[in-house]
Amino acid sequence: MSSSRRLLIVGGIALAVWGMGYGLWYAVFAEHQALDSIGASLAGSFAAAADRNPAGRETSLEQYREAKYVYDRQVDVHGHWIGLAMLLIVLGIGFDRVNFSKRLKFFLALGLLLGSVIFPLGVLLQTISHGALPRAVAIAGSALVIAALLGSAAGVVARESARGVR
Amino acid sequence: MSGRRLLLLGGIGLILSGMLFGDIFAVFTLHQNAAQVGANLADAAHAALAGNRQAVLASFQNVGAFLENRGTKVDTHVHMIDFGYLALMLAILQPWLAFTEGAKKKLAWVFLTGAWLLPAGVYLIHYVGLAHSPMKTIGWASIAADFGGLLVLIVTFVCLLGLWKHFRTKLASQPDALFADRSAEGRMLFAGGIALVLLGFFHGAYYAATDLYRHEAQDYSLLAQMSAGAAAGAGTVVDGALAGYGQLQGAKAVNIAAHAHSIEFGLLAIMLAFFQPYVSLHARWKRRWAGALLLGSLSLPICVLLEMKFGLVAGGLADFAGLLIIFALLAMWIGILRYTGELDASARRMPESGAPQ
Repeated sequence: MSSSRRLLIVGGIALAVWGMGYGLWYAVFAEHQALDSIGASLAGSFAAAADRNPAGRETSLEQYREAKYVYDRQVDVHGHWIGLAMLLIVLGIGFDRVNFSKRLKFFLALGLLLGSVIFPLGVLLQTISHGALPRAVAIAGSALVIAALLGSAAGVVARESARGVR
Repeated sequence: MSGRRLLLLGGIGLILSGMLFGDIFAVFTLHQNAAQVGANLADAAHAALAGNRQAVLASFQNVGAFLENRGTKVDTHVHMIDFGYLALMLAILQPWLAFTEGAKKKLAWVFLTGAWLLPAGVYLIHYVGLAHSPMKTIGWASIAADFGGLLVLIVTFVCLLGLWKHFRTKLASQPDALFADRSAEGRMLFAGGIALVLLGFFHGAYYAATDLYRHEAQDYSLLAQMSAGAAAGAGTVVDGALAGYGQLQGAKAVNIAAHAHSIEFGLLAIMLAFFQPYVSLHARWKRRWAGALLLGSLSLPICVLLEMKFGLVAGGLADFAGLLIIFALLAMWIGILRYTGELDASARRMPESGAPQ
């Protein structure tokens, strides 16, 4: 088996295990608490509005915004890590259909794996910092995945003979 | 039955069940549920407007219950399909796992047990709640679901070890017909699948760049308008914000659904490309079903996106596209079921490859 194929398959399964482990940890230790916090803060905001308490309303709404922001990203991270892991495994299985040189295929595989790890990591980092860096990490990761996937697709449609030329 | 066929049939069974569940949920529950959430949120806003704190809290309890009902059903649908995909991948990888056929079969059974237990548990969360639970926030249904997830996680990890062992010992594996197949329907599904995944990626990137943060800001500002309007006794502000909030939730839902479905159907098409040698149908019918699957996979996300503009017409077409995929998948599943005996007989002769001759 080629090194690129091995990288994609082993990396993909490892990423799937990681993503599932993260999801399991999140479901057991964090999700219920996060949902309770989202519901309670939103209800608190409207209850404060009923009491004509503007400070309480704003505080609760701010808590809702932060809790929802974090929750959405944590669920996205779980889904994207596992989804991208499955893509890596499937592409690894079919990577012999990519008609490029071994070296180029390895770089494409490396780009796919790195992007698949980095993109959700950037999203996860957004729960720690609202600055530009986590966003940049997520954008770089997703761009890497898209570019490597486009390269792989080009390799699939490339003529068989291209393999010999390179 | 070999571990590979068990995972293959079980995996397609999971995907089919998850899709059927999703279709039934979309037709009979999703829209009604969204309407109930909207109505209860409106009740809460109007109760706040009237200064009735107790009614606000009661309405939000209802909102929470409806959201939990919706969320657990979406999770059931998604996990069933994703575990089905994982089962198909592990089925393809079987020849590379350095385990005996008996061990592979046991792993397949444990995987499928976990893969059914998690969605069943998640589905029951809304109905079982915290009844007789030893914990404060997690009920028995959640515990069962988490245990199912743990089983799937363990099997996947053991497969990774098996793969690692295979590479370390440099075991020679026999050529596998699944990797060598270059039939017209296989190529069609592989290329179409990659195109769908790319389409989904581009749509996701576009949505993240143009709408995601704007939608998040709108979500907050509309809720702020609702509660501030209620506190100020401004009914028209509350009603305007409520209408905007409903529209926003719809826009978010269709964009996320279109992105996810395009990629998931792309992955499915790529995986099914490998299994075409096992589909015991006439070549012409194999091409037709492959075409139907790709057509449905492209139409469904597009129609879902168009739901905001064309409403029920686009929704109906999306449901029809979903049915097209289900029928195509069912036809392939039947084709694989017809393909009996040969694979296991071949696997007994040649345990390393598990491939038909």
